[in-house]
Parts: sequence; C-alpha cells; structure tokens
Amino acid sequence: MTNNGWTPDQPLVSIKDVYKSFGELEVLKGVSLDIMQGEVICIIGPSGSGKSTLIRCVNALNTINSGSITVEGQEVHDPGLDKLELRKKVGMVFQQYNLFPHKTALENIMMAPIKVLKQSEGEVEERARKLIKRVNLVGKEDSYPGELSGGQQQRVAIARSLAMNPDVMLFDEVTAALDPETVNEVLLAIKDLAKDGMTCILVTHEMGFAREVADHIYFTDRGIIVEHGPPATFFKEAKDPRTQEFLSQIL
Amino acid sequence: MNSFQQFFYDLAQTHVKWNFIFFYEPLQFERLLTGLWVTVQLSVVCVILSVIIGLGGAWLQKSPYKAVRYLVQGYIQFFRNTPPLVQLLFFYFALGQFTPTYSPDGWLEIPIISNIGWAIISMSFFAGAFNVEIFRAGIESVPTSTQEASEALGMSHFQTFIYVTMPLAFRVSLPALNNNLVNLIKTTTQAIAIAVPELLYQMVSIYNDYSTAQNAAMVILFFAYIGMVGVLVFGMNRWERQMRIPGYGN
Repeated sequence: MTNNGWTPDQPLVSIKDVYKSFGELEVLKGVSLDIMQGEVICIIGPSGSGKSTLIRCVNALNTINSGSITVEGQEVHDPGLDKLELRKKVGMVFQQYNLFPHKTALENIMMAPIKVLKQSEGEVEERARKLIKRVNLVGKEDSYPGELSGGQQQRVAIARSLAMNPDVMLFDEVTAALDPETVNEVLLAIKDLAKDGMTCILVTHEMGFAREVADHIYFTDRGIIVEHGPPATFFKEAKDPRTQEFLSQIL
Repeated sequence: MNSFQQFFYDLAQTHVKWNFIFFYEPLQFERLLTGLWVTVQLSVVCVILSVIIGLGGAWLQKSPYKAVRYLVQGYIQFFRNTPPLVQLLFFYFALGQFTPTYSPDGWLEIPIISNIGWAIISMSFFAGAFNVEIFRAGIESVPTSTQEASEALGMSHFQTFIYVTMPLAFRVSLPALNNNLVNLIKTTTQAIAIAVPELLYQMVSIYNDYSTAQNAAMVILFFAYIGMVGVLVFGMNRWERQMRIPGYGN
C-alpha cells in the first residue's frame, strides 16, 4: 500500500463526511472525525446510532455510499484497494469474539501471521506466547475457545489481532456480551494497550472506562456525531439535549 | 484340497442348492477376488473424486459470478434428478461413441476411456452432486461473523474458505456425507450394466455358469457389502469422533 505521502503528524485515520445506508435505511449521515497516531477515541451512543457500522467501514467490512475514509493516507473505499494490505494495518475485535472454534488459543493467534504475513512458525509462536502472557492467559495456550470463558476468549481475540502488529485497533462493543465479572479483565487488557501507545477506536457502553482511557469522546445519534470533546469536559458540560438525555440514562 | 475347501465341496454334494463353488475351485475363487478388488478400487476412487467434486462445487457456489453459480446448480439438478443407472448408460453408450480411440496393434480400436473409466466418471459426478449440497449445508452453518473475523485479519476469501469455513463446515457435513458415501459404494454394483468386472458382475457370471451356486453367491454378496460398508462407516465414525472440538457443539 502506498502511503500517499502520509506522515505521522497527519491523522492516522481520517473519516470525512461519510454516508452509508442499508437499502432504505440511512445509518450514517455525514460523519467526520480524525484520529491521530497514539490516540484513543471512544464512540458512544444509543443502539442503532451507527457506531458499529462506522468502525466496520474503517477496515472495509462495510462499504460506504459517499465520503472518504483514509488510513495512513490510503483511501479505504477506493474500488482498487488491496483490502488485505489494509487489514494488515487495522486490527479488529468483535462483540462476539469470533475466535476460530477448531483452533486452540495459541493457534488462533498464530494463524494469520503465518498465513498472511508468511512468517516462520517458530518466530510467530514465540510472539504468540508473549501475547498470551500480555493478556494474562498463561496456561490456556492449548485450550479451545469452547473451553474458555467469555472474558478469556475476548482476550485471546485481542491477542490474535495484536499478532498482526496493526497500527490501529478497532474495538466493537467488546465487553457487551460478557458477564459483568469478566468485563474488567478485558478492559484492563485494552487499557494496557492504550498505555503502550496503540491507536484505538472503541465503540463502547462502558462510560467509566471511556472517561478513563479516551483522549476524545464522540457521541453519535441517528447517524450523526452530535457532540464530541475530551472526557473531562464531555461528561461534565454536555451541551446538546440528546447527549444530556443519553448520559443521564446511562450514568 | 484343504479342509476348508473340503468342507464346502462336501456341502455342495449333500446340499445341492448351496454350492459355494468359489470356495473350493481356484478359478472361481479368483473371480470372486477380482470382483472384490475391482469393487474396492471403484469405491475408493469414486469416494475420493466425489468428495473433491463436492468441495469444488461448494466453493464455486460461493462465486460472485451468477453464471458460475447457475452452472453448478444445473449440474446438481441434472445428476440428482436422474437415475444413476441411466447416467451410467448415457455416459458409456452415448458419450462413449465420441471418445477418441487408439490402436496398439493397428487392428483393434480401443477407446481411451474404458468401461471402468466411464463408471468412475459417471458415479463420481452422481455422488458429487449430492456432496455439493451436503457441503453447502455445512458451509451455511458457519457463522458469517467467524468468516468476517478471518477476513478482518487479512486472510483472503480462499484462505478463509480453506482454513476457517471448510474445517468447521466439514464437521457439520460428516454425518450426511457418511450416508451419501454408503450409497455410493452400493451404487457401484450398477456398473454391471456396462460389464465392469466388479463383485456383482463376477458373482452373476459364476451362477450363470453354475446355477447351483446362486444362493451361495447371494449370501456372499450380502456379506461382502455389509463388510465393505461397515469398514467405511467405522472409519467415518472414528474420524467424526477425532474431529470433535472440545467445548464446541454437542
């Protein structure tokens, strides 16, 4: 992928005036936001406000109708785009973990680096074991996803994405399907990542977490960004009535 | 004559309708063995080819090109909705006429595809049509989200199919595949219609030559197929158990 003259002082991900509809249903109606390298942003908002659709557009799992999304200067919705090259740079973790059920935790992490990056098995395994340690799952290397709890599976999923050494990570409501007592272990893993300077885009309902890790918070409703700001001011001084209503219900 | 042969020889003398001639006459024994061997070969080759056809067809059914999907669908409809015996006769007698021939001695014209060849082609495509549908059902059982996760990791459609979709789909497909392969082995007997020297052909030939061997030949046929299908089912069941994923499904 050519970097189109992209330099780290420009936004790593830049979303400009994006429109997206599924048939008649308009999901995104002119969304724009920029994420700088090393930045962590949280997108919050009621269900159906287009949050997940937006981040799925960033790694081309969904297409957009108009507007532009660039990752490191490369237009994502260029029909000639090499999707595989894009996805090497953009990691994604899903609400339902989506691990490969026929592979052990370690094999889940190792598969893509071996098949996609064509790295040697020994090298990849060494890295995978380090990642297992990093997400605090030592001893679970040979467990199958079906033998792990939701929180453990989600941490394997995070490690699986990290194994590709992405430049930006997308988190799509990664704690929404978890038991309350396992939410924390997953959030800790993400917090750890953010601290290490990974660029992260999170769609989340965990307001406490968003306040703690995010550099910037975006509130979406009915396909537009209603309000945004750094957490310190966002939570205290929300101006828009829709934001105030949402926050009063959730906090 | 050893005691085994002697036993069946004596049996044939005392019970005229139970002449297991192939157990004491070496020439007939050889026909039985040849029949078994041809049936085993025919079954193994057809099983393998039909599974390959099934996998290929299932992959093509996911093609973005409508024409390709229609072609696969047409193939399935044709082979699933017509009797295998009719297909066999059609391949051998109709298409067989148009196959090129060669002549090793400058005298005889030998078609490059023999009757065994046609039996393999016809029955592999017959069972393959069912296998495409069996694998398709398995593929549809794999959640889209799992395939999406694979693609989000940078794997291509083909890599996703080979390393994620198929291993999961295959496990779901195994019981139905098992049934279809059992049917395939039994269908190989129809090759008798184009004189493929498989087991049924050999046994019928024997009792045409020795009418007292008819009952005995039937008994052997039943046991031979119970045995062969039994081996397949045993193997497939073991495989199914081995492929079971801890904590997944059941």
